[in-house]
Amino acid sequence: MGGLSLGEITRRLEAWLEVEFTLQDVSGFARAIATLAADEQDFVLDWVQKLATAHVQLAHLFAGRAPGLLARVDRRLIEAWLVEALDAIDSEGLQAAVAVLRAAERNLAQRQNRAEGVALADLRGILLTVARGFSGRRLQLEASEGETAWTDGETLHLPALMARLPSAADNFALYKALVAMLWAQGRFGTTRALAEDALSGQPFPERALACFNALETLRLEACIARELPGLGRDIRRFRQQGAPLPPAWRGYAERLGDPGASFRDSLELVPEALSGELPPPAHHQCELRPEAVAARIEREKMLLRLRLSELAGTPPELGEAEQARRFELRQREDQSGAAGELELFLGDAPLAPPEDVRQLLASVRFDFGEIPPEYLLAAGPGEYAAQRQREISRDPDQVWQGSYHEEGAILYPEWDVGRGHYRKNWCVMREKEVPPGDPDFIRQTLVKHGALVRRLRRSFESLRHEERLQKRQAHGEQVDLDALVEALSELRGGGEMSELLYARLSRSGRNIAVAFLVDMSGSTKGWVNDAEREALVLMCEALEVLGDRYAIYGFSGMTRKKCELFRIKRFDDAYDEAVKARISGIRPQDYTRMGFALRHLSRLLLDVEARSRLLITLTDGRPEDYNDHYRGEYGIADTRQALIEARRAGIHPFCITIDREGHDYLSRLYGPARFVVLDQVTALPFKVAEIYRRLTI
Amino acid sequence: MPSPDSLVTLAPQRIASEPYYQPTGDEVALFEAAHRHRLPMLLKGPTGCGKTRFVEHMAWRLDRPLVTVACHDDLTASDLVGRYLIVGGQTVWIDGPLAAAVRGGAICYLDEIVEARKDTMVVIHPLADGRRILPIDKRGEVLHAPDDFMLVISYNPGYQSVLKELKQSTRQRFIACEFDYPDAATEAGIVVRESGLTPELAAKLVKFARMTRNLKGNGLDEGASTRLLVHAGQLIAAGLSPAVACRGAIAQAITDDAETLAAVQELSASLF
Repeated sequence: MGGLSLGEITRRLEAWLEVEFTLQDVSGFARAIATLAADEQDFVLDWVQKLATAHVQLAHLFAGRAPGLLARVDRRLIEAWLVEALDAIDSEGLQAAVAVLRAAERNLAQRQNRAEGVALADLRGILLTVARGFSGRRLQLEASEGETAWTDGETLHLPALMARLPSAADNFALYKALVAMLWAQGRFGTTRALAEDALSGQPFPERALACFNALETLRLEACIARELPGLGRDIRRFRQQGAPLPPAWRGYAERLGDPGASFRDSLELVPEALSGELPPPAHHQCELRPEAVAARIEREKMLLRLRLSELAGTPPELGEAEQARRFELRQREDQSGAAGELELFLGDAPLAPPEDVRQLLASVRFDFGEIPPEYLLAAGPGEYAAQRQREISRDPDQVWQGSYHEEGAILYPEWDVGRGHYRKNWCVMREKEVPPGDPDFIRQTLVKHGALVRRLRRSFESLRHEERLQKRQAHGEQVDLDALVEALSELRGGGEMSELLYARLSRSGRNIAVAFLVDMSGSTKGWVNDAEREALVLMCEALEVLGDRYAIYGFSGMTRKKCELFRIKRFDDAYDEAVKARISGIRPQDYTRMGFALRHLSRLLLDVEARSRLLITLTDGRPEDYNDHYRGEYGIADTRQALIEARRAGIHPFCITIDREGHDYLSRLYGPARFVVLDQVTALPFKVAEIYRRLTI
Repeated sequence: MPSPDSLVTLAPQRIASEPYYQPTGDEVALFEAAHRHRLPMLLKGPTGCGKTRFVEHMAWRLDRPLVTVACHDDLTASDLVGRYLIVGGQTVWIDGPLAAAVRGGAICYLDEIVEARKDTMVVIHPLADGRRILPIDKRGEVLHAPDDFMLVISYNPGYQSVLKELKQSTRQRFIACEFDYPDAATEAGIVVRESGLTPELAAKLVKFARMTRNLKGNGLDEGASTRLLVHAGQLIAAGLSPAVACRGAIAQAITDDAETLAAVQELSASLF
């Protein structure tokens, strides 16, 4: 039986679940866990511990249910929804995480068998790409709150877990079928029917909607079978696995399977079909939500009209005649006379719609088959609270829903070593400018290190092999006359003629972009800060000689919500007075949270066209943050992970650290990168340039 | 010392039989007019949409020899113009493809011109404006292009890199023509013609290609080109199953990313 004793399990649970403070009894949990096999115990305890780092209550919830779950579901699936719950707690808080666990539990409770389920979280990328491939629209994908799949036409909501069928392959196929069904709702007019229904003022009663849904499912199945025969086969199989259709419904299926059938045929059949029994929903049947479709359509309408009013140049507050706000769409005819793209006109003036307006128009046309005229009236005075709509419309990719949303920030994930997963959108990062400092600092530094500067310049100049003539080559664009004369005299003298007779211009060999990341944490105060600044001045002098592209950023942070990256020199900035003033203006700030800075600079580096990319960090010790578990192992692991990511992206990270005690964690921290430890602060200015020279020789 | 140079020229090739090309707009008329008026042409468009085939077709149509140069990032001006070689103790000048094309009154097609090194522009510019000359510094010779000579370059504006943009000073010398993938029916027709596939299967391939083109910028840099469809069609016509053909000829060709690859395969599985 189990590997651990009951006492040991109890002791661990008490510690992780903070029984000391919560006074909750864990003995029941412990007894249940003690009956599990050793590897199951490890799995459960490991996750209880991971969850406890996020929230004790979450861990508690899991500890109580784990043994029962393990009996019914495979571990991969349990893991998938625990990860989802952790994401939820990071982005929306405890309530959302608890809701995720509860929903998953309800979902699983319906099954006694040990289904090989699949998790949306694992398949998200594939399903989203498939959905976008089908539609060509920027569809979004989200986990729905329950078992159902539905869409408002913009976001596909799919169940977080799929375990309706015994095998993983079938469950994946079912996910794909749901994506296709949701796509088909828009493509084949179901969405339009819902929009008309919701806008009619007399919405379907619930049973009629269910009936319409069942009919439309039959119709869409036939549409998919025609458009996507491969998927059509899967869907037919799902249909056959379910309960057989009542006889009357087989007739409906035939009628709706006709290529000419539209949603109007389904609507016509509703009254008749309602008189009998509805068939039980098939596995791949989705849910229809007219109100969600209507809300999305209304949102797009407002947004379109607001954007049009901006295009017209009339702010919505200023009243103007309706005439001046009425846009018109005309079909552009290309030379062959075929119908071309739509052109937007205001009065008689054609306007090139920006990409977002074009997409909105396409979306409206998709819903209604045309653009209803009221959509083309630019929003008038006070019609909409413009700002509010803007907020609704913001790209959900960019916005972190929930309480931590922050304007203008970039969000970065962070590696949580305890969980063994990333915390998504965890760090709120902002780029800031360094306030200019004393310009005299640069002059003083150059005077102080005058000899060194001259030496560096000389040694860097020798690196700068620009277009240089390489002689005695086997191939080349010109004849190397010296080699030829020599070869001919050899030949005359009876020797063998060399083949190395050409000269060629070598490409300017250096194509390097380098980013310097400077520690601006509080601990650099004093000597270290001075040395860093001096090192940067010397480095810039040397790099200007070399002509390599370089950027300099400083980093500091206090908690994950205030991660700051200080812009000192961007890749495009010239080494001018402003940059010099910013270098001298570098001052110690808060703490050393490093992962986000490495990730951001990696991203900037990847945007630069270069054959080799270097990321050089200057720090004074281990990462840590204020009152946060970034200290210790967590921060080390995140920094290490960020370096691994950079390396994987083809960047060469190199860490220069000033550490008089030469701590043993350094090799763990910087292991993925190459690094050097300096024990003398004063050596930094010379060392940095020297290291760079050696790295890029 | 080497004796005065003799001259070696590679004769540009004439195209014997008509290369298949399905026009999608006015490109044929535009090309003919440009040739008549001794104007150079710039073809824009994604990879594999038929630019090279179009030039071959036009060379045949105008009955001119064709010299095609696939540009790469080590291609220098000397590679285009020519260089001295040493043969048996003598220097011999050998014309590069561009000089050979000018001498022979051929059509010279520089494919993916932005890939070439910047110094190639120096030799292209005087050829692409009213002067129509090719100075050969090393021989102290200036070639005057005969009326039949035509310069054609191509580039793919889809590449986002700032380094691979064509400068205004270059592009404003050319008659420009944009190429894109043909409409679905035409493209299916091309696939049928080139691969011998049935129209029904060709239409499915085209539908698959459209799906991958939907993903441009969404995991894929480029969708599947017409060329890839022809490849896939040839494989299917040769008896391979559509799934295997799509994987080998299309999915694996357009991406390395495991997840995108899986998604692209799912798209093809949905269709066949």
